[in-house]
Amino acid sequence: MEKTPENASQAAPLKLFGSWASSYTHRVQLALRLKGLEFEYAEEDLGSKSNELLRHNPVYKKVPVLVHGGRALPESVIILQYLDDAWPETRPLLPADAFDRALARFWCHFADDKLGPAVGAVFASMGEDQEAAVRQVHENLALIEAELRDGAFKGRRFFGGDEVGLLDVVLGCGSYWLAVFEEVTGVRLVDADAFPLFHAWLRDFEALDEVRETIPAVDRLLEYARGVRHMLLGLAGAGAAAASAAAAAPAEAPAAPAPAPAADIAVDI
Amino acid sequence: MSSSPAVKLIAFFGSPYAHRAEAALCLKGVPYELLLEDLLRTKSDLLLQHNPVHKKVPVLLHGDRTVCESLVIAEYVDEAFDGPPLLPTDPYDRAVARFWADFIENKLTKPFFMAHWVEGEAREGFEKEGLELLALLEAQLKGNKFFGGDRPGYLDIAASMLGPWRSVVEEVTGVTVAKEEEHPSLCQWARDYSSNEALRPCIPDRDRLLAYFTKNKEMYRAGVRAMLQQ
Repeated sequence: MEKTPENASQAAPLKLFGSWASSYTHRVQLALRLKGLEFEYAEEDLGSKSNELLRHNPVYKKVPVLVHGGRALPESVIILQYLDDAWPETRPLLPADAFDRALARFWCHFADDKLGPAVGAVFASMGEDQEAAVRQVHENLALIEAELRDGAFKGRRFFGGDEVGLLDVVLGCGSYWLAVFEEVTGVRLVDADAFPLFHAWLRDFEALDEVRETIPAVDRLLEYARGVRHMLLGLAGAGAAAASAAAAAPAEAPAAPAPAPAADIAVDI
Repeated sequence: MSSSPAVKLIAFFGSPYAHRAEAALCLKGVPYELLLEDLLRTKSDLLLQHNPVHKKVPVLLHGDRTVCESLVIAEYVDEAFDGPPLLPTDPYDRAVARFWADFIENKLTKPFFMAHWVEGEAREGFEKEGLELLALLEAQLKGNKFFGGDRPGYLDIAASMLGPWRSVVEEVTGVTVAKEEEHPSLCQWARDYSSNEALRPCIPDRDRLLAYFTKNKEMYRAGVRAMLQQ
């Protein structure tokens, strides 16, 4: 078979810069595993980022960054779509139909712009503020539940259909934090009675081999989350606005009082 | 890839997000019917029915399909219809275009436009940030007429607010952040975007856009003040 530019670039090495507790990093690791692509992994110390990382992601200076044949790709959802574009014949993450693709993209934005920050706000607050944040999470989950029940994803085991796709990876790599946050804050977020389909989906997602290979052990996540919550609540004493801003904007530049590692990945989902 | 079911777009005049959706349709060469919402009235049942999650324009109706969010619509239009490609074909170039569109959406827009609307001391911070971020985006033109190369594409659509809307906001607020001498490429891009033949049907009439923003000026300033107090 002739070596087209596409085939030649497929052979080029893949290197992923990430952080063990970052759900954005997990998205890329999971996608690479689902597509059966080998990659080198470099764990970044987010408190002391490598020059290589900063060179590859000068705009955001964040993980994950995937370097393919020397070219850097930041932003998890962009990386996932790149993997599909560069390896179109291998286990696609996005559906074939243009409308289904639009739906997947829409709900990925929802996950990152609405649900994620809402969960982060629960984690970073207490009392009345937290109650309001919990209501917001429930409203968001209710919308997703409705799509699973009688909307865009009706009757599907996964958002991608019989197999996981882009939206499963995006929502799933982050949803494991829900149980961790519930444990650490004592707040109920995903009630199996209120959100039966979402609950079932998450259970099936977490049971997949590639997912179990990717998500860190729960006791590590718990320890990590406890530490972050302790720090965030300490900040809440100093200035509630700063803490909830840091928590509610996980994808943005860290708020001044929060140390870089926590603001980068503490409450991402 | 059927384009025979009717295409309708729920929009309102003056919305830069609705414009993006129209621009995608114009550049792809897809005929469509514009359903204009009237902002003074409450949102129509049609809009609320088709975008229950966000209750916002634009909403694309293609046969029995509903697509929401301007950039999602742009990619949908690119994939569902035949016509000149909006996104590049090379996977890496596509990722770069998506990256900068996301950058405009989540990073650049707010401080850049706040720098025009905010008054007093707070303006300085937004202006500094806005200019730094603008420089990063402007570099992506790389000597081309458009971000998409010879003709406008997905990233030009995403950046459209920096064209017609920037010009009008500068006039209404009396503040210019992207000065011609310091940002000649961007300013030229804005002129080329606004005068592009394929985009002509969807570029808002400047006088009408100016009147719209002038009328709503105090509302925007109040909104900005409220945002700063949070």
